[in-house]
Order: sequence, then structure tokens, then C-alpha cells
Amino acid sequence: MLRTKSTRGNFLITFFIKIAGYSSILFVALIFLFLLREGLPALTGAGLKNLFSTTWYPTENYFGIVPLIGGSLIVTLIAIVVALPFGIGTAIFISEIAPRTVKEILKPLIEILAGLPSVVLGFIGILVIAPAFRRIFNLPTGLTAFTGGVLLGLIAIPTIVSISEDALNAVPQSYREASIALGATRWQTIWGVTVPSARSGIITAVMLGIGRALGETMAVMMVTGNAPVVPIKINSLFLPVRTMTATIASEMGEVATNSVHYHVLFFIGIILFLLSLAINIVASLISYRRKKRSERILS
Amino acid sequence: MALLFLLTCAACAGGSATQSGNQTQSSNYYIQNKGSDTMVNLALAWAEAYNGIHPEAQISVTGGGSGTGIAALLNGTVDIANASREMKAEEIQQAQAAGFTPIAIVVAKDAIAIIVNKDNPLEQLTLAQLASIYKGEITNWSELVVGYDHPIVALSRESNSGTHVYFLEVVVRLSSKEDKSIFAPTVLLLPSSEGIMAEVKDNPNAIGYDGLGYITGDVKKIAVSKDIDSEYVIPNSETVLNGEYPISRDLYMYTRGEPAGVVKQYIEWILSPEGQAIVVNLGFVPIISGNK
Repeated sequence: MLRTKSTRGNFLITFFIKIAGYSSILFVALIFLFLLREGLPALTGAGLKNLFSTTWYPTENYFGIVPLIGGSLIVTLIAIVVALPFGIGTAIFISEIAPRTVKEILKPLIEILAGLPSVVLGFIGILVIAPAFRRIFNLPTGLTAFTGGVLLGLIAIPTIVSISEDALNAVPQSYREASIALGATRWQTIWGVTVPSARSGIITAVMLGIGRALGETMAVMMVTGNAPVVPIKINSLFLPVRTMTATIASEMGEVATNSVHYHVLFFIGIILFLLSLAINIVASLISYRRKKRSERILS
Repeated sequence: MALLFLLTCAACAGGSATQSGNQTQSSNYYIQNKGSDTMVNLALAWAEAYNGIHPEAQISVTGGGSGTGIAALLNGTVDIANASREMKAEEIQQAQAAGFTPIAIVVAKDAIAIIVNKDNPLEQLTLAQLASIYKGEITNWSELVVGYDHPIVALSRESNSGTHVYFLEVVVRLSSKEDKSIFAPTVLLLPSSEGIMAEVKDNPNAIGYDGLGYITGDVKKIAVSKDIDSEYVIPNSETVLNGEYPISRDLYMYTRGEPAGVVKQYIEWILSPEGQAIVVNLGFVPIISGNK
């Protein structure tokens, strides 16, 4: 009696979990198909030469997406340079160094930071950070790639902190004890044992942080100035740029369905999708390889 | 994506409301209103407010551009066409061939103020100088104001805004049909009026433009002249109403012949202080002087 009941329960639960698992694959596939269907006509509608030119002014049929890709990349790059040291540093501090009470306060605070709506950060950016950067660096305007990158860094930090901290926590206590027993200092233990053991988790955290920065829209749209200039000069860091996400968000609302402009916006969506796919693939490749090697060492 | 969803939901909700209203009340009437994208928010606000006072009035508002609205008026599918320009001679001829005289009613005015930071000593500009700034030909304030050596940061609304398009036509292209110039890529495109106001208020290098109704006292309005020989005019409700300020235009509603019945009542309400108060809220200039 009891046995059949539990088998049936087992079956039901497995069934639901299976459905949930497959449905997420299905959703991603459907989204990608939809993007392809709406975005690929841009290739014929606008033409490759127009698409990969450097002028973006869609109302007059200039559909050059090079400045937009460049804008997204430079802003994301700055975000990572900002978020990487702060994110991993904070994670190491919370997991390895901070006393219990500090840890109890810091962890929820980081989670609150993660929950802040990006539009709120955008407001802070436009009213506080941008004017401050203009004065500090003596710039023509504070609405620049750098401002956007710093803001995105702030947005990416909580993601990096919480995932790296989980990875560090998952490192067995015996590793640390063994290291200390061998006479290593606390710093040597962190740098030589704990962080390398948690490497794959930390890399995943960084990759997710990059993905978060690349996909962020609202805050970026508010503080980068949205000027479609190709950022190739050194001072481009401190000049306005226009990102792919901000372009889609600000132009999709008014565009006529099935016009060339509409298809080009979806084409930008395809590029964004492929970029974050590439980031995820790289992340899983790295963590997969790491695991195999560490397993080899342990065995 | 989310926005598209919202739009479709709003559309279906609107559609079902119209249907149920139709079933319960037989005295309902419909007014079809179509045209200028610049005016579409204004027309929607009027339609909603009017529907609040007269629930039996079902006013459908669509955009598509002034030309689309006028074409629809000519072939009789709408009662009122919104236009941010006057009808062309051939459109009037077509109307007369169709057996009616289109009547133009000025329902509001649209003026674009040029603004700079309060620390900027600049007082006045010609339209040609403004065009050079936005085409990226003038990049330092010292070319316009002696001794004010600062880079120019030109701000614009996003290209989907009607204000952007009007500014492109009248200022950047100086109202010339042959001129195909566009904004320089270095022009910052800000998503909101608030963004432009915040940046101009804070940044002594910035210049921006926006609908007169959005301008607050935190920034400095610039006097503009048509050309070097004309007078420089500061935009305010007076200079916009008497037509002296060069970057302003009338916004029209066109009807098939003299408006009559429910259409007449609706337009009279739009011209009333109540209707014109909505004009102010949306950043346009009302046609009743002293109402601003």
C-alpha cells in the first residue's frame, strides 16, 4: 500500500520536474526562433553594407549597428573592470575574513543592493554620479561610457558577490585546516587554496555579472548620453556612447511593425542573444575543464 | 517586448470596453480622429477627458502622421483629422472634388525652446547657427560667445519623438526639402525631457531643446531669429501666439465642412479653458492667451 503510494508520488514529482526542465529549453528555443523570424529580414531589408556601417540614424534609413555594438562592449568592459575586484574582494571578505556578526549584516545588505531597481540607480546616476564625474575629470559632459560602466559595475557586483561567496563557502573546511596545519598564513590559505578550489564558481559568477551588465537597459539609457559614436579612440571612455539595449528600448515603442527599422531592432536583439550565449558557453567550458582537473588531482 | 504586450492589452481592453458600452447604451456616438503623431498624445488626452464628462462619446484616436489623417478625411473614414501642418493646395482641391470644403481649426500651438545653462553668457542664436551646432560644425562656445571657451554638448530628444523630427526639419534642415542633413552622431539623445532639463541645469557646456511647456526656471531660454537680419525673439505664450517666435507651429484639426453636431460640441470643448488646460499639461502652448 504505502509502497505504491510513494511510487505514484515519485512519478508525479519526477514528471513535473521533467516538464519544468524541458519547458525552459522550449522557451529559449521559441524566443530564439521568434528573434530570428523578426530579425533576419533586416539583412535583406537594410542590406549588409548599411547594417555594418557606422552611422545610426534609423529615421533616415541609416542602420549602421557598429557604434551600438561598440557602445555595449565598452560599457560592459568598464563594468567588469569595476565589478571584478570589488565583487571578488567582498566575497572573500564575507566568506573568509569577516567575523560572524559582520557577515550577518553584510550578506543581507548585498542582497538589498541586488534588489534595487536599475531605474533608481539610473536616477542617482543622472543626478549625482554624472555631474560629479564631469567636475572631477573636467569632462564636457558627465553622460559618458565611463559613468554607465561604473553604474553597471554597481549593478553587477551583487551578482558576483553572492555567487562567488557561495562557491567559497562550498570549499570543504578540511582544505583550509590542512593548509593552516602545513604552516600557511591565512592570506596564503585564501590565495593558494580556497580561491583556486572555488575557481569554477567564481568564474561562473563573473560571467553572470558580465551577462547582467550586457543586458542592463534602463540605467545605461539614462546615463550614457546615447550618442551613436563608434568608441575607438582612447578618450571614448569619457565620451557618450549608445548601447544596443538602450537603442532597442527607446526605439521599439514607436517603430512601425514590420518596417525595416523594426526588423533591424530585432536583429540587434539576435546579436545581444548570441553575445550572452557566447559568454555562457565560455563560462561553462571553463568550469567544466576546471572540475575535471581538480577531480584528477584529488583521485 | 513588455511594452508591446502592454500596448496589445490596452488595445484589447479598450476594444471590449467600447463593445460593452455599445450594448448597454443606445445613444452612444462615435467620433473618428486620426492624424499627426505629434498630436496623438494630446488628442488621446482630450478624448479620455471628454469621455469622462460625456460617457456616451466614443472617440477613437489613431496616429500615422498628418498626411495619413488628411487622406482619411478626404476619403471619408474619419470625422476629424489632426495635422501639425496646413493642408496643401492639392489636398484642398481633392476635398473640393469630393464635395466639401475642409475647415481648419487651430487647437493648440507647439513651440520648441532652446535652452542653455544659466552660467552660459549666450543670449541669442540664429536658426543657421543652431543648425551648425546640431550638425557638429560648431563645437566650441567661443565660436559664438567671446571668451567662453567650453566645448559644446548638444542634447536632443530621442529620434522617435515628434519634437525631434520637427527640430530636424525646421532647424537642422532650415525648412528646406532638398536638405538631407542629419544630426551629428555626437549629439546626445536623451530619453526624456527630465534628462535634458537635468543636464542643462547642471552642465555649463550643454545646449538643449524641448517643448516650451516643459521648460522650468532652472535653465536659460535663448532668443532665436530666423536669419541674421531678423529680430531675436524669446519664446513665451505671447510671442508664440503672435507668430514672432520662429520655431513654433500651429496644430490643427480639420473637419469635413463646418463642424456640426457632436463633432462641433467636441471641438468647442477642446477650445474651452478646460480643453486648453490639457494642452498645457502636455507641454504645448494653449491658444487662449494668458492661460499659461
